[in-house]
Amino acid sequence: MSESRRDFLASAGKLLLLTGPAALAFDFVVSGRAQVAPGYSAREHWWGMLIDIEVCIGCGKCVKACKEENGVPEGPYFRTWVERYHVAGGVSEHPDVDSPNGGLDGFRERYRAGDGAKSFFVPKLCNHCATSPCVQVCPVGATFESPDGVVLVDKDYCLGCRYCVQACPYGCRFIDPRTNTVDKCSLCYHRITKGLTTACCEVCPTGARQLVDLKDPKDPVHEFLRTHKVQVLKPQLATGSKAYYNGLDGSVR
Amino acid sequence: MNGPLRHARHLIRVAALFVGLFVVFLFAKAALVPKDFGLYGHYRPSALAANTTRELSYAGRAACVDCHSDVEESRKGSKHARIGCEACHGPLARHAADPGAQAPVKPDPRAFCLGCHAQNVARPATFKQVDAEHAQGEPCSTCHGPHAPEKGPKP
Amino acid sequence: MDPAALPVVQGFLYPNEAELQWSILIVLYPFLTGLVAGAFILASLARVFNVHEVRPTYRLALLSALAFLIVAPLPLQLHLGHPERAFEMYLTPHTTSAMAMFGFVYLWYLLAVLLLEIWLDYRKSIVLWAREKTGLTRRFYKLLTLGVDDIGPEALDLDDRAGRFITIVGIPSAFLLHGYVGFIFGSIKANPWWSTPLMPVVFLFSAIVSGIALVLLVYMATSALRGKAVDMACLDTIGRYLLYAFLVDFAVETLDLAHRMYEADESFKSLDFMVRTKLYFSHIVVQIVLGMFVPIAILGLVQLVKLSERARRGLYAVAAALTLIGIFAMRWNVVIGGQLFSKSFLGYTTYKLELAHREGLGPAILLMLLPFLILWVLVKLFPPWEEEDEAISPVRAGRPS
Repeated sequence: MSESRRDFLASAGKLLLLTGPAALAFDFVVSGRAQVAPGYSAREHWWGMLIDIEVCIGCGKCVKACKEENGVPEGPYFRTWVERYHVAGGVSEHPDVDSPNGGLDGFRERYRAGDGAKSFFVPKLCNHCATSPCVQVCPVGATFESPDGVVLVDKDYCLGCRYCVQACPYGCRFIDPRTNTVDKCSLCYHRITKGLTTACCEVCPTGARQLVDLKDPKDPVHEFLRTHKVQVLKPQLATGSKAYYNGLDGSVR
Repeated sequence: MNGPLRHARHLIRVAALFVGLFVVFLFAKAALVPKDFGLYGHYRPSALAANTTRELSYAGRAACVDCHSDVEESRKGSKHARIGCEACHGPLARHAADPGAQAPVKPDPRAFCLGCHAQNVARPATFKQVDAEHAQGEPCSTCHGPHAPEKGPKP
Repeated sequence: MDPAALPVVQGFLYPNEAELQWSILIVLYPFLTGLVAGAFILASLARVFNVHEVRPTYRLALLSALAFLIVAPLPLQLHLGHPERAFEMYLTPHTTSAMAMFGFVYLWYLLAVLLLEIWLDYRKSIVLWAREKTGLTRRFYKLLTLGVDDIGPEALDLDDRAGRFITIVGIPSAFLLHGYVGFIFGSIKANPWWSTPLMPVVFLFSAIVSGIALVLLVYMATSALRGKAVDMACLDTIGRYLLYAFLVDFAVETLDLAHRMYEADESFKSLDFMVRTKLYFSHIVVQIVLGMFVPIAILGLVQLVKLSERARRGLYAVAAALTLIGIFAMRWNVVIGGQLFSKSFLGYTTYKLELAHREGLGPAILLMLLPFLILWVLVKLFPPWEEEDEAISPVRAGRPS
């Protein structure tokens, strides 16, 4: 940006007498950086999540921690949840799937060992798609992809039209009955912008969930992605999902 | 008015009405839309900051280790070494800010362990699991110290 | 949420899918919008395509379209979690959102097409009424003249030409209006029940069918209420056009069905099961058999067999009523049906229609009656009847064609 344009913007900003968050954001216009928290520059990150089905034990701690950390309402509302798959004969178009209370209280044993089926847990959350179908359909820009690759909600701007809920192929969105606006996984944006990991990753005892920064060359995710066969959910929908699953079975929807 | 538009006065007025409405709309739009809307994309940039303001419940492991380095030390080399403290002791952000404000949870020494270690065919076969017979209802901590379970009971 | 309030579920749903998102109000929205588009297409038959027989319904069709268009966005508005924020759709419309763009298509259609066309058509009457009436009504009409009372032949000729132009613009606009509603559903790739490029076309032709049926019924009802004889030539022509539109609609819907069955993609088994069970009554029985086969058979019969006027009137009324029920069922099956299966294709839920709920049956019935109330007011303010002002409308003044 040229000096004169910067001067112009700075003085225009003073003229407009912006206050509060607007003024804060305006500083970043001038600096040309998308910055949201002190010392954090959104342009330097590109967030995603790595989920290792091979080591998930279905304890449900992630679901509980998410509800706690993000104040997710009780009942059938989940920013993250865990599903249990039971695939008879090893291959099936119709796996037996359950997720009692989103897996919040863990899973009681339902099956017998040696019944000839395979069984495993699949944690789910917002896939933070790079070309999100939900963002595409929002009529007003109340949900968006942040510069650091997180799909967020502007809950003070959301109409509550529910079009995005319809557009999400993964069932990751719900209407918060307290605010009548949409809610979803924010990848603990309030945490990751402070250098912390997400609540679900913080409590995951086996490392089945890992927050990854695809722009950080030191992130071990790059080595992991090089050495493992990973897949995203519903790849045929080309949503640009950034939730990478290791050991994903073909029966998982 | 003369000329060919002599009989089109009503049409001109309708057109003026439409233009007027459109101008009013433009003014309303200019007045009501935040100035920085669309800066990074089709949204209000202030929503980014708003999403960062939520208070923490979980302090994060680094905050725990700041004071409890002894526990950290005792876990080294154990299978439990990499588990976050708050996975078992509950969310402790308030405790981290002021240790007196919030007490860590001391989990039940059997029921809590079974949350992860109860036999379940959906769990990976390599993961340590116990059936109902194991230890006959004794607290797990009798034999396994929770911070380093393979090293015997907590000293 | 009270667990008892949760719907009955079969199989597996994603946990967040326990709540159905779009209610009967969202069923009403495409239904009402479709009636508007269809009524306008019927009006344009008289105006642009010079189908003289349907002229008795020209103004009535326009007023019906307006009455329904005014109500069309209300169910949407009532459904929003934050109705007070709806204006954001005009302030910061997201250009990739079908819903946001619909707001502009709606405004365009309301202001630039429908209101303008009605105004131009009624302008001579309005000026005359502004002269004749007294008091508040006089002021009302006076305001509508925009202060110009030129109703000389040159001015009326201009009105006629402008009106004709607007109708010509209006036809693609009507197509756009309702095709767009179809796009709102058809563009959702997450939902295989909706996601098909045929959706806008299916919506469009079903809209034309429903709008023609509506005007036919309104025309018959108003004639009966006024104690006037129905113009049988008009009725027969409308019946014929209803049949034509139905045949196209039938062809497009069958194409959609055949394509789905032949491709039988990953979602097919799930959707097929749904149509055979939960949607059997509303889809197979009401939409396809009662709402399509029977009216097509009736309308075809009238073409083939010579029947008395009385019999024809009865058959038209039955066919039109069944058509409206069938098209409503079609909207229901799209909107509600599209939410009864899980996006995991592993389970199904149910929709529980409540009566006295913000999005229940009560408000839906009120919203369905409201356009008729508005139409009644419009008819009082702007009588659309031919015989009372034979020479007024430039359409009926008979432009040589």
